[in-house]
Amino acid sequence: MSLKLLSANHGAGLAATLAGRANRTGRGFCSGVYPITPSTECMEYLCLQEIEKGRVVKVESEHSAMAVCIGAAAAGARSFTTTSSNGLAYMAENCIAAAYLRLPVVMAVANRTIGPPWNIWADHGDALMLRDHGLIQFYCADNQELFDTVLAAFRLAEDPAVMMPAMVCMEGFILSHTVAQIDVPDQALVDAFLPTTTVPHRLGEAPHALGQIDLPHQTEMHRHQHLSAMNGAARVYAGIQDEFEHIFGRRLGDAVVPYRADDAETLIVSMGTIGATAERVVDQLRAQGQKVGALRVRLFRPLPSEAIRAWFAGKQRIAVIDRDVSLGFGGVLWGEVNSLADPGTVVQSYLAGLGGGDVRPEHIVNMLADLQPRKNAGHPAMMEAA
Amino acid sequence: MMNEPVLGGMAQTTLDRPDPLLRMGNTNCGGCGLSSLMQMMRHAVADQRVHLVVPACCAAVSAGIYPQSTYGVPTLLTTFASAAAAASGIATVARMNGEDTRVICLAGDGGTYDIGFATLSAAADRNEDVLYICYDNEIYGNTGGQRSSATPAGAVTSNLSSAKPEEKKDILAIMAAHRVPYVASVSLAHAEDTVRKLRRALDLKGFRFLHVLSPCPTGWKSEPAMGMELVRLAVRSGLYPVIEIFDGKRYVVNIEPDFSDEALDMYLSLQLRFQKSGISAAGLRPAIDRHWQELRALSGRIVPARRVA
Repeated sequence: MSLKLLSANHGAGLAATLAGRANRTGRGFCSGVYPITPSTECMEYLCLQEIEKGRVVKVESEHSAMAVCIGAAAAGARSFTTTSSNGLAYMAENCIAAAYLRLPVVMAVANRTIGPPWNIWADHGDALMLRDHGLIQFYCADNQELFDTVLAAFRLAEDPAVMMPAMVCMEGFILSHTVAQIDVPDQALVDAFLPTTTVPHRLGEAPHALGQIDLPHQTEMHRHQHLSAMNGAARVYAGIQDEFEHIFGRRLGDAVVPYRADDAETLIVSMGTIGATAERVVDQLRAQGQKVGALRVRLFRPLPSEAIRAWFAGKQRIAVIDRDVSLGFGGVLWGEVNSLADPGTVVQSYLAGLGGGDVRPEHIVNMLADLQPRKNAGHPAMMEAA
Repeated sequence: MMNEPVLGGMAQTTLDRPDPLLRMGNTNCGGCGLSSLMQMMRHAVADQRVHLVVPACCAAVSAGIYPQSTYGVPTLLTTFASAAAAASGIATVARMNGEDTRVICLAGDGGTYDIGFATLSAAADRNEDVLYICYDNEIYGNTGGQRSSATPAGAVTSNLSSAKPEEKKDILAIMAAHRVPYVASVSLAHAEDTVRKLRRALDLKGFRFLHVLSPCPTGWKSEPAMGMELVRLAVRSGLYPVIEIFDGKRYVVNIEPDFSDEALDMYLSLQLRFQKSGISAAGLRPAIDRHWQELRALSGRIVPARRVA
């Protein structure tokens, strides 16, 4: 173990490097990459590492970057890429292909507003676009958590019962470019944590085809298998948490992270770094005697519905903060968790920090002030960054 | 074992792959050029380890319905524009693991000339260890025959009310401009030419590009049994130059056409896609002559572009 000062981008690149090296006794590591702000530094970091039995292919587009990863994973290698925003949108077709081909590619996504109009700052709308197509999604709140989650994502994606791509998301600049301390494990520990990659359906000697025509009943069957694997992924993740703790001596973040939520009457629900800000607000308001708690959704796909439902039980009011907006609907996270609350609970959607606006403690305090007198939830409320 | 008439009298030997690359019971149309190509490829690949990469195209449909596969080798089906990039990943992993796998892309004209072109160009630029074969039936087969940069001048497509006026994109020149080790056009009507070029391409390292004029009775609206004859007429008339380009520099003309207008008119008249527009040899000849003048210059052959009878 050693403590290093790294940006989240470099942390993700280092985690991928360690994971790549860990597969040197297997079929190696191969990554397809293409730069886009703000994930570029992750890609650059990865390109400059020496990885025994590892190659990074520098291609001409995000679409091809994921295609290289698909080829690499189909050939049995460990695979990783990183992107953001319009790059993710451009890559989307192949992200979905990787998912439906059940290939365990891991992606670090530096969340950024999709344009034009061009905006390079954080917004969860890029990754959420891929919500429905069989990719695991994590949203992280600090550098250490991101590093740990990238390592764990390889283990989870490559688990034979899971076998699908995993996205590990960090808000662009807010996290991707923030330098903080990361506890970096020795290669031997990573080797112990990550067994060599086994893709059971990889191209080998048997003349089988990957991805040919499915008739309706076959697609139904494949979706059913994928859905079961997705639903089982949360349980597999819990096992990985224990093993992670056993090997690295620290706890890997839970699927949902509660903060002073047990006896709270009001709950602030969010993803990513807004969750860290919410915890500060909770401390502040608790000091004033208000019974407020926070819940941060770290694992968005599969959504840990049961855990969220359990934390929602008995709450009077819930503020769901989205750094995204599904136009014509409201916050995406709000839409996901709205139905998990008790019938009498007021679950209000707040849209904040869109396009990278700061979400500061006072913004969240204002949301709670808005929520407190409400008897019923209203339309999604857009909180403008001041 | 299946009789293979397309081999043009070449004997099968013990060096041939014992199993076909394209298995019986596949759904290819009768007279499909891809079927002939796959039979000759079986001859050429012999006992080499092959992985196929097929983007969305007729060959993806040919692969058959899950969980069976038409192809006798492991095959990855990719999105439309991704064949060359996915093949890069497979080839990279094979090389890292010391495996002598031939990674072959089998892509139609759409995935090559148009939507997959940036991917193809970039893989060629990186000189990936991939053999890219474009079986070009000129018709956007799996969407049913729309206009593209591979549509030849004079052809009517399902979304054109009159013939395409523009010339077809010169894909060989573009690939040669990437200065890859080997670029060649292949005549399926000349089995020795096809098998020799497949073998040469399989034996080379780096990016290799083969262009195959692939008869398509369905799209060309021609007699299935006439496919090979149509290719022969395209070669004879000079419409389809059969050449090799080494390292993007050395041009070799492999089959000398006789530039017969009779052959060209025959080629056009046997396909309904040209008949609809009324295009004739006289209409296409100037462009063919111009192209051959360039080829003569590039191949260093001081022969008139068109022989005078």
